[in-house]
Amino acid sequence: MLLSHYLGLLENSEKQLTDAFEHVSRKHKDEPDIEQICQKLSAWSREHHGKIMSFVEKYSEEQSNEPANLKRDLFTQKRSGSLALLRDLHDVWLLTQEVQLCWIVIRQAALGLRDEELKACYAFCSARTKRQGDWLLGRIKQAAPQTLLVAEE
Amino acid sequence: MKETRDSIADIWGSRTGYEGQWPVRVDERVEEEPDHWVQSACVLCSNGCGCDIGVKDGRIVGVRGRAVDSVNHGRLGPKGLHGWVANNSPDRLTKPLIRRNGKLEEATWDEAMSLIVSKSKELIDKHTASSIGFYTSGQLFLEEYYALGVVGKAGLGTPHMDGNTRLCTATAAAALKVSFGSDGQPGSYSDLDTTEAILHVGHNIASQQTVLWMRVLDRLAGPNPPKLVVIDPRATYTVEKATVHLAPRVGTNIPVMNGLLHLIIEAGQINQEYIDAHTLGFEELKQIVAKWTPDRVERLTGVPADKLREAAHILGTCNSLVSTALQGVYQSMQATASAVQVNNLHLLRGLIGRPGSGIYQMNGQPTAQSTRECGADGDLPGFRNWGNEEHIQQLADLWNVHPDQIPHWSPPTHAMQLWRYCEQGSIKMLWISGTNPLVSLPDLARARKILAKEDLFVIVQDAFPTETTALADVVLPAAIWGEKTGCFTNVGRTVHISHKAVDPPGEARSDFDIFVDYSQRMDFRDKDGNPLLTSTWQTTEDAFNAWRECTRGRPCDYTGMSYAKLTGGSGIQWPCNEQYPDGKPHLYEDGVFSTDIDYCETYGHDLETGAPRSKDDYKLLDPKGKAFLKGVDYEPPHEEPDESYPLWLTTGRLVYHFHTRTKTGRSKALYDAAPDSYVQLATEDAARYGIAEGDMVEVTSRRGKVLEPARIGDIEPGLVFIPFHYGYWDKPDRPRAANELTLTEWDPVSKQPHFKYAAVRIRKV
Ligand code: SF4
Repeated sequence: MLLSHYLGLLENSEKQLTDAFEHVSRKHKDEPDIEQICQKLSAWSREHHGKIMSFVEKYSEEQSNEPANLKRDLFTQKRSGSLALLRDLHDVWLLTQEVQLCWIVIRQAALGLRDEELKACYAFCSARTKRQGDWLLGRIKQAAPQTLLVAEE
Repeated sequence: MKETRDSIADIWGSRTGYEGQWPVRVDERVEEEPDHWVQSACVLCSNGCGCDIGVKDGRIVGVRGRAVDSVNHGRLGPKGLHGWVANNSPDRLTKPLIRRNGKLEEATWDEAMSLIVSKSKELIDKHTASSIGFYTSGQLFLEEYYALGVVGKAGLGTPHMDGNTRLCTATAAAALKVSFGSDGQPGSYSDLDTTEAILHVGHNIASQQTVLWMRVLDRLAGPNPPKLVVIDPRATYTVEKATVHLAPRVGTNIPVMNGLLHLIIEAGQINQEYIDAHTLGFEELKQIVAKWTPDRVERLTGVPADKLREAAHILGTCNSLVSTALQGVYQSMQATASAVQVNNLHLLRGLIGRPGSGIYQMNGQPTAQSTRECGADGDLPGFRNWGNEEHIQQLADLWNVHPDQIPHWSPPTHAMQLWRYCEQGSIKMLWISGTNPLVSLPDLARARKILAKEDLFVIVQDAFPTETTALADVVLPAAIWGEKTGCFTNVGRTVHISHKAVDPPGEARSDFDIFVDYSQRMDFRDKDGNPLLTSTWQTTEDAFNAWRECTRGRPCDYTGMSYAKLTGGSGIQWPCNEQYPDGKPHLYEDGVFSTDIDYCETYGHDLETGAPRSKDDYKLLDPKGKAFLKGVDYEPPHEEPDESYPLWLTTGRLVYHFHTRTKTGRSKALYDAAPDSYVQLATEDAARYGIAEGDMVEVTSRRGKVLEPARIGDIEPGLVFIPFHYGYWDKPDRPRAANELTLTEWDPVSKQPHFKYAAVRIRKV
């Protein structure tokens, strides 16, 4: 059974998302809404991560080293200027999509396994992941025109 | 001099207990006998009391209440009776000023406007119209807001338009939209005449809306007094009359409201039939509030469980209920979510849409409702939905412009974001009208730095020199109330006309004339090359008639109103149209709310993150006229007292002053009644710090410090209070504006800043 493979992928992605929100919160603390909401959303991901861990243990018979390779090339360059906020939010949004997709895949397995707990965990976490993505998208849409048309480097 | 009552010493005047109709009492104060009276309404708070302006030899010499007016039945409070004196103040701005070599110097209108126009054109060329922002007020008239809305949205096409209403009433609007799909107060002031119970949450009505409070006081003095529940951390005048007073810790409105709803649901005092027929979301709400048992509420908020039960009993058993909320809710943590809980209370009990039951998501400023209606702030004219292409098309048709000319590609820029863009340098011209942000914004040190920036061109349009005009590049002298004709809506949807009584001083012009002049000079044109709407507006009545068309079919329908109809009698509530020629006292009588997907003003937000909901998400909910019941769990404030800053600071208002005292500070009687700021401390805290009444106290937060004389008592230990009105124009010698201390942060949904809490330390100096 390769479910543990995907759970590992998910667990790793939620961890990255936790760190990413935390990072953006600190980096853009001059934007008060970014600082606070990102802290809140980071806490959500941390909580999700905790919940997923119990399933990682439950289905741990087959380990995979996939998660170690996952590390995306995000937040690597030292960005600055007004584009930085937009690009950082963009990257975090990509991470939320990664998490969301993992959930969709895992949910299919949960249905097959009739694992009610995993299904409930999916329902709780993936709804919040959608809200994370929605918030990011709203904020990106707000920042985009000003950044691309008016702001200078 | 004739004065029917001394409103300074006796703020609310004598009592006439009543049942049925609130009796008339005409309050009047004139310095000389007027040769004629001109119809108006007071603009010193959101009550908007009908009044007449007394004129003698072309000067305002006094005011009297209008007996026929449905809002005040002739009464006026201290601000209304004395505030007009400011119009005659010798320090009015009478000529445009332009900054030359670092100094503001007198200029002609032509020079000032030409400079603004050439600057605008240069910026649009280089950086698009998104480099220009407008920051207006809750003080202008409806026609002026609409003119500004059209100039900004159809002329320039900038998304950056908001006002200081964001600081005072954004949450009121947000909460109404969240629950009912559109802005607009469901009830009517007349509900106070018959209601069995009143709930005031974070609303010091006795000091804010003195005349509305007279109505409550007169009910309390009558044969069948309503029960009064007041939620406020301070012992205010309002609290003195409470049947039950709940004093929660700062930032804990949500647990208290959740606790009340929980008790009412548990006791089976809800109207299940109404809930099933007219609302969505009951089960989720029930689950959320179920966690808030009285004991848990007590532990977190400090409100004794028994008191909470007492309050819940009143709110759960009354057959009619009027609730009001203001800044104690709107400027606190979880602002929109807490305000929504007040709406939930009425929905759960089915106490809405009929006489005796109303919700007042109050406004702080007199004409804030007009800003929201007309689209001079983050809203679109006529409560249109920025996410609804059809609504944008309607505006485009009205103005005969391409729909993409009207910015609607993202949520509208809110005030705090606007200031942030100025700080970052991507807004390069900021046009401020009728407000004084350098006293009213949070974190003043940051605000001052922004306005002083070299690369920000600042235009300030005001009647008086203020802390803000001092930093402007161009100052435009504006006419004010009494010197121009226009309409405005009070918090209860009542529209008043205010006729011009006297000429403005010197070369001062109305805000309306200034915006129309700008539009003409900018040569804004519609799709067919004709001058944009504003250029065909000769008078404010033309603008009012255009505005009427804009409201057709929308919740704030003005089509049945006209200058003629508004003149002579009482103010009129919207909607006013063929069906309701005299206005409509209650919205949602049929339990059908403005939530239909094609009609609603918003597709809503995530209450916790503020993320806007898309049309597709909304389709899934498909409320079809049902109201939303929404709840959230408690979140602690973002800054809490710690070792270095061990006390809570909260801010608020005084009965004698309005906002930054630009007007009330220029009325001798009001000035003398409350000449200076202060810091209010609990007796225990005063003893701990060795502070006696009147001692000078230094109050410091992470952002700044102020020096205030101490006033001791009537406040919970651990909390200190400073009134927010005071700045520097009349007393530059010591830091005293409360907003030196407050935080730059805001509610995720309404984007209203959190003024009501900050961590501070104090010491005697
Ligand atoms: S209650 Fe408000 S509107 Fe009425 S007189 Fe007083 S300040 Fe003016």
